[in-house]
Amino acid sequence: MEENRKKVIVIGVIGADVHAVGNTILYHSFTEAGFEVVNLGVMVSQEEYIAAAIESNADAIVISSLYGQGELDCQGMREKCNEAGLKDIPLLVGGNIVIGKQEWSEVEKRFKAMGFDRAFGPGTDPAVTIAALHELLD
Amino acid sequence: MKPVLLIDFGSTYTKLTAVDLDSEELLGTAASYTTVQTDINDGLNRGLALLEEKVGKLEYTETFACSSAAGGLRMVTSGLVPELTSEAARLASLGAGAKVVGVYSFQLTEDDIEDIESLRPDIFLLVGGTDGGNSECILHNAKMLAEMKPAFPVVIAGNRSVARQCKRLLEGCEVYVCENVMPKFGVLNITPTQKQIRDIFLNRIVLAKGLSRVNSLLSDIMMPTPSAVLQAMNLLAQGTEGEIGIGDLIAVDVGGATTDIYSIADGMPRAANTVFKGLPEPYSKRTVEGDIGMRYSIHGIVEAAGIGRVAQLSGLTPQRAEQLINYLSENTETLPGDDQELRRLDYALASLAVETAVMRHAGTMEETYTMMGQTFVQSGKDLSNVKQIIMTGGSIIHNPDAAKIATHALYSPMHPASLRPKQADVWVDRKYILAAMGLLSVHYPAAALRIMKKELEKNGFTE
Repeated sequence: MEENRKKVIVIGVIGADVHAVGNTILYHSFTEAGFEVVNLGVMVSQEEYIAAAIESNADAIVISSLYGQGELDCQGMREKCNEAGLKDIPLLVGGNIVIGKQEWSEVEKRFKAMGFDRAFGPGTDPAVTIAALHELLD
Repeated sequence: MKPVLLIDFGSTYTKLTAVDLDSEELLGTAASYTTVQTDINDGLNRGLALLEEKVGKLEYTETFACSSAAGGLRMVTSGLVPELTSEAARLASLGAGAKVVGVYSFQLTEDDIEDIESLRPDIFLLVGGTDGGNSECILHNAKMLAEMKPAFPVVIAGNRSVARQCKRLLEGCEVYVCENVMPKFGVLNITPTQKQIRDIFLNRIVLAKGLSRVNSLLSDIMMPTPSAVLQAMNLLAQGTEGEIGIGDLIAVDVGGATTDIYSIADGMPRAANTVFKGLPEPYSKRTVEGDIGMRYSIHGIVEAAGIGRVAQLSGLTPQRAEQLINYLSENTETLPGDDQELRRLDYALASLAVETAVMRHAGTMEETYTMMGQTFVQSGKDLSNVKQIIMTGGSIIHNPDAAKIATHALYSPMHPASLRPKQADVWVDRKYILAAMGLLSVHYPAAALRIMKKELEKNGFTE
């Protein structure tokens, strides 16, 4: 039974962000790609991702942010995961995760320094994230 | 005439209610001290004699009973994350009419096991993990429980992938496996567990608590008293196939030691710009405030509301209020009678008990401003559109100010975030029949509904 278990990912839009459309698209794309998706919707706090990941024994957490405050909202997420016993759980983040137009390589570097395994910029095709998830989880 | 007898074995009183099924009328009620320590039949027989004085000698065609005697149904629960499966387990137990004496989250420690041993629950509810989710925690906890060789039954209602494994770990103990209380994230599935709890209550606890000696008298059903009240409230709100109920409602039961709140309402967000947070709420929800009560828990009311508000509502000075409160906490049998001071104090205490307990039961709405403008974040049940409040409990039903006390269940500008009813009709359970009607409703819902509508005293509209 264990071998057949679908990979579980927790998704949601972090912080005070209420952009619901992209979240719904991701939910359907990830589900169709064969993942078991726990969708927390919009305005999700770090603690909610972590609680959901613990109960569902999630394999990865995928965080969306569309309103520019993602960098602030994501700070300390890795540390909290470690504290909660989710050591080394893959963390992915994507969307308009910083304010304004910034050099992507710099942005990516900063999110990786925060403990994120992958960071994706605006307009990323869900297929790219799915490929990354397979790379991290298979 | 087709008389039916309904019995509520309480912790201090045995309450009897006689109804006639043919005319759908309440025939009479009586109460006498419960004596579980000696023989429960003594209290029952005295109650029956009292009832006979009122209604005459009747040949009851059926007898049903509920019980909260001998401490009620005491339960301990353990789950994984406090806000998720642990909360689901707590909600399941409360809704089954239990008194939850311990709630544990994450892995049980040796200290926890010692505590559980001394708590000696009637039932232990073991949950944790969504289906296919975390299994480590529930397996660990099953192992810890197995080591203490529990003398109480264990209900397993966690991650189904390891339910069997948990059962094997607990081999030799009385174990029941149920569907997961939270099979998927954000899905609450507490009915199967509640049914199991009730079955165990019937088969095991009723026997253990000396209630079996009256069993020969009973036709059917034994359930915990709060569970009977919850059933009555469900019926009153929803009605039967042939007759509509009174709609969404809140019921408030202020007792000497605890205050129970029941709400029968969906309570989910009604506006598109409202985001709901937390576990979905059960349509029929019961909460118990163990620190809010008119006598044994009198200090809890003062702690929650402040002596200032007690003084303000009672018109007594804070010093005098405190004096009387200390007296009442030690002399728990005191009734206000004609003593004006005590009456005013009891009014203030009951009002604040209602306010505190309903506020803890109801959800909250917070307004935030996001990049997209104004947004509302709701957690818990939105009861602002509930239009009926039922008042019950010994300290309220004899109080002439019951309807005024009920206004404290309503929205107040002092606590704008609390989603309490904006305005409501108040019904007072003057004859204390709710538990009895819950019992009756199992087989005779139409009669129970009509008797409730007739007997509950409608005290008008409250804003």
